[in-house]
Amino acid sequence: MNLLDPIIQGILLGGLYALFAAGLSLMFGVMRIVNLAYGDFAVLAAYASLVVVNAALVNPLVALVFIAPAMALIGYVLQRTILQRTLGLSPLPSLLVTFGLSIIVQNLLLMFGSADQQRLTLGDIDTASIVLPLDIHIGVFPLAVFILAIVILSALSWFMASTQYGRLVRAVSDDPATVELQGVNPKQIFALATAIAFGLVAVAGVAAGIQTSFNPTSGSMLLIFAFEAVIIGGLGSLWGTLGGAMILGVAQTVGAAFAPAQQILAGHLVFLIFLAFLPNGISRRKVRA
Amino acid sequence: MSQSTMPKVTAGTSFNIRRWAPTSIIGTGSFLAIFVVLAALPYMVNLSLVYSMIDLFILLILAMTWNMLAGYGGMVSVGQQAFIGVGAYSMVVIADQLGMNIFLAIALSAVVCGLLAIPVSFLVFRLAGGYFAVGTWVISEVVRLTVVQVPEIGGGSGASFGAMSGLSKELRIATSYWIALAAVALVLLACVLLIRSKGGLALTAVRDDVTAASTSGVMVTAIKRLVFVFAGAGAGIAGALIAISSLRVQPDSVFSVQWSAFMIFIVVVGGVGTLEGPIFGVIIFWILKQLLADYGPLYLICLGAIGIAFVLFVRGGIWGLVSRNGRVELFPVGYKYSSLPKIDR
Repeated sequence: MNLLDPIIQGILLGGLYALFAAGLSLMFGVMRIVNLAYGDFAVLAAYASLVVVNAALVNPLVALVFIAPAMALIGYVLQRTILQRTLGLSPLPSLLVTFGLSIIVQNLLLMFGSADQQRLTLGDIDTASIVLPLDIHIGVFPLAVFILAIVILSALSWFMASTQYGRLVRAVSDDPATVELQGVNPKQIFALATAIAFGLVAVAGVAAGIQTSFNPTSGSMLLIFAFEAVIIGGLGSLWGTLGGAMILGVAQTVGAAFAPAQQILAGHLVFLIFLAFLPNGISRRKVRA
Repeated sequence: MSQSTMPKVTAGTSFNIRRWAPTSIIGTGSFLAIFVVLAALPYMVNLSLVYSMIDLFILLILAMTWNMLAGYGGMVSVGQQAFIGVGAYSMVVIADQLGMNIFLAIALSAVVCGLLAIPVSFLVFRLAGGYFAVGTWVISEVVRLTVVQVPEIGGGSGASFGAMSGLSKELRIATSYWIALAAVALVLLACVLLIRSKGGLALTAVRDDVTAASTSGVMVTAIKRLVFVFAGAGAGIAGALIAISSLRVQPDSVFSVQWSAFMIFIVVVGGVGTLEGPIFGVIIFWILKQLLADYGPLYLICLGAIGIAFVLFVRGGIWGLVSRNGRVELFPVGYKYSSLPKIDR
């Protein structure tokens, strides 16, 4: 069996998962909250894009120009009004609230959309591929998503390391009280971090909507993949997350090459193996949770 | 928790610890009376109400055990459906395929789930806080994807439960109802006894302040693991009851995350981290279901919104409001020293 092809496809799929994982990781890194509604907001963005595409007859990438800022705004408002009130030592309130949000978003989509599978399309680019020697086909769109993931992760990592705002975010995530004493409002920083995460989720949601199909309940699966990528990669490491996402993608595509119906299960099992034997992930950092 | 960390009561001093307060005497008495009334219910009301009560009892068992997990242990699991599903399938295998007695089969289903919870705990306990929640969700997905591969228990289309098919419809529903009611009473009793035990004292300490509990010699991980196993067994009982009442075990329904949504709603609205909370929560859930269940997605949107509102504004839940945040207890789990230690004469 030729495993080179599934491995390459898996690495490219990892790009998509890394896009998802980046926002999840950002929110956890800054506010120590895990947004259980994360995948559902990605699906919401995909549906919103579908609505714009159908109404304005533009392609999904043009729609994204409007949807990403709109999602960022939703994230900002959500953080200022609801999520901010749940922050504290106990993770219980934020988990309960985001789980509630997940149910609300899912059922809103069921109410206004249908339970059918939907798909966004870019026309010919969807199926276009570059043929390499050894009969390996590389999809143009998955490749573009992979490159986009690397660009976005680089931008995010530069932003956090080298800009004044990035320094503030890191400072707030270490000690909000001290940052407040320096005259910066941590709530503002939290809300901006959430806005960035929600903008990212819109990009990831639309990319996933083009690459695979989606329905109102597919958000939980996206959350789980993002989470697995973060844990395999190791908490607190952006590049570790990319590595984790690629490992997860390869696990799924190679698993599918052996048993087509077991793609998802293969990914889960590889995740559990990492959890059992390498709990700090491939980047091996220890992070307080 | 080790024996040496407990204060030794030396000879000659006499503590008089009172568990029973007037409210807990009235409360426990009322629950006993309600239990008797509920036991007689199949003779008084129509069959469809009795049938719908079974579902409510299943949710109450889930809520009570999830509350021990999240409310006391601080472990927010959204993957209890793993144990619900395994409990339901165990019931099919043990009672139907092996032909064992139904009551024994329910107990064994709980044991199977409790045993499954042990290795699972070693995996998910590596994850903290929010990631623990998603970790339990992954486990439930793994269990679901594995169970649907087994053709002996129906694969993806599920298995039917035939151990009670000999009974007439009326008798079958009434019997399922009584079994579910008895299970509720036993799980409630188990929760009360667990909280009253030394382990429960440790657990309450973990609930109130995990750092202080740990520095006082409470073995936090061991007590959390105990609760995780307890909650797994409780969800297993709930799963066994689902098999009994619905006569069919479908993987998509028993492994549905909706169970977690409902049990979390019940606990949050009733009062997290109190024994009374889930009982009041399930009553509110029942009322909302009567009012809104016909609206489909809108009903779930309302549940989500109400749940969020409670977390934000009424964190103690309904019971927190009534008891003024824990000053009243309906079960004999409180402590009161009624006299100071006396000096030996």
